[in-house]
Amino acid sequence: MELTAVLYAIPWDQILIQTVNGIVTGMILALIASGLTLIFGIMDVVNFAHGELFMLGAYIGVVVLATTGNFWLALLIATLAVALLGAAIQVVTLRPLLGRDPLTTILATFGVSLILQNYALWQFGPVARKIQEPFSGHFTLFYLEYPWYRLVIAGLSAAIIGGFWLFLKFGKYGIWIRATTQDRVMAQAMGIPVPLVHTAAFALGAGMAAASGVLFGPLVGVNHTMGLDWVLKAFIVVVVGGMGNLGGSIAAAIFISLLEAYASIWVSPAQAVIVSFIVLILTLLFRPTGLFVPTPK
Amino acid sequence: MGHTVVFWLGFCVVMALLIIAPVVLPEFWRRFLTEVLIWGLLAMSSDLLIGYTGMISFGHSAFFGLGMYGAAAALLMFSPPNLWLALAFGLAAAALIALFVAYFSTRLRDIYFAITTLIFSQIFYVIIFTWTEVTGGENGLNFRRPPLAIPGLFSVPFNSETMHWFVLAVVTASYLILRRITRSPFGMVLQSIRENEPRTRAIGYPVERYKIVAVMLSGLFAGLAGVLYAIQNRFAAPDFIFFLVSGEAVIFNVMGGIGTLVGPIVGAGFFQLMREMLSRLFGDQFPYLIPLGVVFIVMIIFLPQGLLGFARRWLNR
Repeated sequence: MELTAVLYAIPWDQILIQTVNGIVTGMILALIASGLTLIFGIMDVVNFAHGELFMLGAYIGVVVLATTGNFWLALLIATLAVALLGAAIQVVTLRPLLGRDPLTTILATFGVSLILQNYALWQFGPVARKIQEPFSGHFTLFYLEYPWYRLVIAGLSAAIIGGFWLFLKFGKYGIWIRATTQDRVMAQAMGIPVPLVHTAAFALGAGMAAASGVLFGPLVGVNHTMGLDWVLKAFIVVVVGGMGNLGGSIAAAIFISLLEAYASIWVSPAQAVIVSFIVLILTLLFRPTGLFVPTPK
Repeated sequence: MGHTVVFWLGFCVVMALLIIAPVVLPEFWRRFLTEVLIWGLLAMSSDLLIGYTGMISFGHSAFFGLGMYGAAAALLMFSPPNLWLALAFGLAAAALIALFVAYFSTRLRDIYFAITTLIFSQIFYVIIFTWTEVTGGENGLNFRRPPLAIPGLFSVPFNSETMHWFVLAVVTASYLILRRITRSPFGMVLQSIRENEPRTRAIGYPVERYKIVAVMLSGLFAGLAGVLYAIQNRFAAPDFIFFLVSGEAVIFNVMGGIGTLVGPIVGAGFFQLMREMLSRLFGDQFPYLIPLGVVFIVMIIFLPQGLLGFARRWLNR
């Protein structure tokens, strides 16, 4: 009797809906975090400006969508434009800092994020913009009309991450990136153009952030502060997943998004954020190398 | 002339200028200078970590903001409002938070320390922002300014001049205390942690304990800056716990010169002055953080010693 009463008290339908929601945001978050972890793994740079690249991607999406009316074109152009911008940022601000204390790169990318964020505020104003969904089908999930688009972005994110993984595993340049991550000096000795690989990796991470910005744009408004929330979440994911560990970041992204989605059944979404903060602190205390990596010997 | 003589001469000249300043400056610049001193104190407190211990804190806004809210609590609960109670409450709040943050964050190093302190400040931001009944939520708290009083001796209401002198006295005292700390054996150990942590541990110093004390001291002075800011502006708001305030404190440090204690005040002055100039030249809507961000990045790359370090090298040449 006791058990059935408890089972009835649990809002199963809400939990299922929040599971779907959590996985969708988790995939977006994984897409952002895998760029961040790539950049950290290859050059020990914690990219504070990653959220701003995400935000800028969404804004470029808004602009291209307004002029061409094609969502997929907007996605492509935003990704390429922000990847180029990322390459420029890397060459101008991070390349001169190579070999200095890694902490200086946090400061430099923090400066970049301030510039980009204030540029967006100046250029587009404080009012949130909206990206129209490319299609608007729904299916019934309990009492909700659930948009197909959300499932599509989860699938697309997964496809992009999968493609990225294949590229790292089998592509020639992917192997260059992995070699540089493992040992910068040795890679240089084997004839890999390490500075170029750094720039390319930064551009790749920036492009992925921009793509997730455009994909996520239709779910929330696009405004100049959206980068801040996401970069914090991405930081948490990257640390919980283990710095520089791609698989761990993806698992952590979904794990944390699910926890936040469940928490927001009972508390307001603003407070649900605290759950992920607590996960981070517990991880740092008990497994500072990350939750989803094998125990170091 | 010896080095110390030059230092104390410079100190006296600067102090004399700062004491005379409110008498000769117009109201706007008087308030401006007072605020620069307060921001300078916040930046100076984080210099103890950045410059002397080699830890970048992105969470000083938590200490600053809790100092503000602690002062606000004292000023709202007790009537008539009492300056010294506000100071005590603000410092107690900041110290409590600093102990909590220090205990957890000092187990981590470098980037992890920076991220953890950032996350902690965001936790306090969310709590203060959403706990509307107690903290006033988004609107914050408003209160009256307490009089400058020593019980049984005198009691005068603050005006902008006495406020400036009071802030100046507190900041100067903090500077002298921090200077003493960084030159004490304790400060030497902190600098040795910055230079080589494993070696410091190998010599036998309990590095973690030193770091906890360093973060707590730094948080205490940041809380003091928060109390001063609350009294100066008569409000406490959650915006000041948001991590961008910590980021600004770091910017002041880098611009002025880390590891100098005076540098951060110079940096705060430079930053606020540039900001004021830019908004006067191009209007209030001008995104002053864009040019200042560029200056900041250029300084990191080409002028890692900051303005003060640059000036010192230029004078020595």
